Amino acid sequence: MPEDTFIHLLQTRLPAHCILSHPDELRPYECDALSAYRQLPLVVVIPETLQQLQDTLRLCAQHKIPVVARGAGTGLSGGAMPLGNGVLLSLARFNRILELDTGNRIARVQPGVTNLSISSAAAEHGLYYAPDPSSQIACSIGGNVAENAGGVHCLKYGLTTHNIQALEILTIDGDPLTIGGPALDSPGYDLLALLTGSEGMLGIIYEVTVKLLPKPAAAQVVLAAFDSVDAAGAAVTATIASGIIPAGLELLDRPAIHAVCKFIDTGYPEDASAILLCELDGSQEDVTAQIERVSHIYRDAGATELKVSRDEAERQRFWAGRKAAFPAMGRLSPDYYCMDGTIPRKHLAAVLNRIGELSAEYDLPICNVFHAGDGNLHPLILYDANMAGELERTEELGGKILELCVAVGGTITGEHGVGLEKINQMCVQFNAAELQQFHAVKQAFDPQGLLNPGKAIPTLHRCSEFGAMHVHHGQLPHPELERF
Amino acid sequence: MTCEQTLIEQLQAANTDGTPLAIEGGGSKAFYGRACEGRPCLVGGHSGVIDYTPAELVISARAGTPLAELEAVLEQAGQMLAFEPPHFGTTATLGGTIACGLSGPRRPYVGAARDFVLGVRCINGKGELLRLGGQVMKNVAGYDLSRLLTGSLGTLAVLLDIHLKVLPRPENDVTLVQTCTADEAILRCNSWAGQPLPLSGACHTDGQLHLRLSGSAQGVAAAAATIGGDTCEDGPDFWQRLREQQLPFFQDDTPLWRLSVPPAAPGLSLDGEQLLDWGGAQRWLKSLATPEHIRDVTAANGGHATLYRHGDSNGTVFHPLPPGMLALHRRLKQSFDPAGILNPGRLYAEL
Repeated sequence: MPEDTFIHLLQTRLPAHCILSHPDELRPYECDALSAYRQLPLVVVIPETLQQLQDTLRLCAQHKIPVVARGAGTGLSGGAMPLGNGVLLSLARFNRILELDTGNRIARVQPGVTNLSISSAAAEHGLYYAPDPSSQIACSIGGNVAENAGGVHCLKYGLTTHNIQALEILTIDGDPLTIGGPALDSPGYDLLALLTGSEGMLGIIYEVTVKLLPKPAAAQVVLAAFDSVDAAGAAVTATIASGIIPAGLELLDRPAIHAVCKFIDTGYPEDASAILLCELDGSQEDVTAQIERVSHIYRDAGATELKVSRDEAERQRFWAGRKAAFPAMGRLSPDYYCMDGTIPRKHLAAVLNRIGELSAEYDLPICNVFHAGDGNLHPLILYDANMAGELERTEELGGKILELCVAVGGTITGEHGVGLEKINQMCVQFNAAELQQFHAVKQAFDPQGLLNPGKAIPTLHRCSEFGAMHVHHGQLPHPELERF
Repeated sequence: MTCEQTLIEQLQAANTDGTPLAIEGGGSKAFYGRACEGRPCLVGGHSGVIDYTPAELVISARAGTPLAELEAVLEQAGQMLAFEPPHFGTTATLGGTIACGLSGPRRPYVGAARDFVLGVRCINGKGELLRLGGQVMKNVAGYDLSRLLTGSLGTLAVLLDIHLKVLPRPENDVTLVQTCTADEAILRCNSWAGQPLPLSGACHTDGQLHLRLSGSAQGVAAAAATIGGDTCEDGPDFWQRLREQQLPFFQDDTPLWRLSVPPAAPGLSLDGEQLLDWGGAQRWLKSLATPEHIRDVTAANGGHATLYRHGDSNGTVFHPLPPGMLALHRRLKQSFDPAGILNPGRLYAEL
């Protein structure tokens, strides 16, 4: 079908202000927060009602037009990058909190609601929504679910998948399905787990029921400085081994500390080689007891300096440095590329050392600011996109780091998602049978392959071109199987 | 030939000739779900802990590992399976535990079995070996199929190895007892669950509300003062017998229903006796009322009902799915097990 005809069909079903098709209007939607990849969509649709959303999907299914869903566009892996022949479906106008059920400690919200606004709305009841990705003032809950977003408090409170209870979705045919419910579990397969982190490839979320937790009575941060990253890594292991689960446990290395200290006043010791931020929460009695134990552990681990936040303002100031780390890098370098691999924590020192070697090999500086408690690394590669070939070198270096994570038993993405960014590394982490199983699951939801095609799960063909899959005598494994 | 290789070949052969297989670990949960006829597919021989470094908070073990053995290993290191899975017998295996997806008293406060599953190795119905998820805390590469398999009762794949997140055992557990009605217990449990208190169990039976608090000595003492009630000396025994369905309430042949409802749902008026667990979110009902009536009342309160024990295992055990949902389940089943050989009918007659 000619493109104009499809846009015209949309215009017969939806009000004019819900459809953007002029190139100037499309431009803001050409990328998400992975801005190195850009593509104008055929058309942007911003429905306001469930009916409009259903009509849009039905038209797409009928005319085989692919659909890419978008929340706030803060994703870091290109999951919401449009397709030139497809609809970019913005859920931005589904932005209402529908119900706060304080008795059952859940909230029903529309997908365009921002992460932080849920906690703000629940605050007067002493409740909050636990996952707090660093983009929480801007990112939307629908996107959080699609990417299974994390944050600094995952070690204790889990990822998005542990903190939601129900989804209302539309299939590509526009049919509604209720996944989960107000009870703690639901009959049949755990589709809630399957949908969470499925990157918009199985269905379109139009309502999310999140769990709310009581806000801890107290929270304090221990800041510990070390003269090597190895010593800080050992202190992380010792913390967990002692039986304490901190609410957050973050590590900054020397380049990151320098960048942050130049950027804002945090109270960080500037000459440290590594800083640990360990947040403890619970009742005041619990927190006091744990601070004593953690302080002892860090002194034993060779901490060169130890500070405990004395009040909420100081706690916020300690965190401000961690939160400012990325913008601070932005000042040091024209561009930076944030990676996201997870490793078993026991390999932390070895992996960080190897990342240092790779940084030297590629002649690109790397800073490390990451969720040390759960082994989720965020190496930040500093580069200049205006220098010929530097972006390509950066991406290659990033790929090597992810492959290193897989080699030590980890994963190519802890919380940012695969999207387009890490699709080649999926071929390193998974074999042909596993990728085929993923494709078969997608087919069970979306037989025509119209929901966010080309993202998250690579085709076997792509993997063989990338060269990561074992190709013997020019033959792919399972030559009888269809290539998606 | 390794046990794993034998299983792969058994599945490949069954896939080719369409032989239904009945997967069995230790047989301790054979009562759970619908009856399922098939050639035995025995996983119990695939046993043993593969990797366990306590400071990683992760344990990897083969599916046939006895649950008791696994828990003993964890206990030695001061850790635990925080979802407190019921064993229902000494033969319980890790694989059966995850395939059934059952969780014990701590579930509403720390999470369910599925929340602790990080990854699995398994064999799908085509006899293909798959590694899904991983052994790290945060992992969003690929669809989350290891959690999808949790609680799927072996209808999608045969579990081989399982990677689980584990937690430190609390320094202290204290159990308090208060005398109150079931309706009052629901109100109290939900009021406290909305406050920052270290609750780790809340069960009402026989006119008494048992509450468990876990954490540092100071934290637990402060919370106990807030909540009030008599300290129960045999607390650990109570929670253990609740978890294993050994309390007097469960000593009965009347059909036993598991009603999973929103925790603050008011008391459900159904014929028969009820025991409240999970702070009100899981209600056990002994009743001769018709399945339709029990399901209707439960659904009207936002929940679903499972005929857990002592019912007709050839009938409907799990809450019926709406047509669109059932159709999706069938397509998913097909994507893992196109010949329909894995535990056919154990979950739903149509799967």
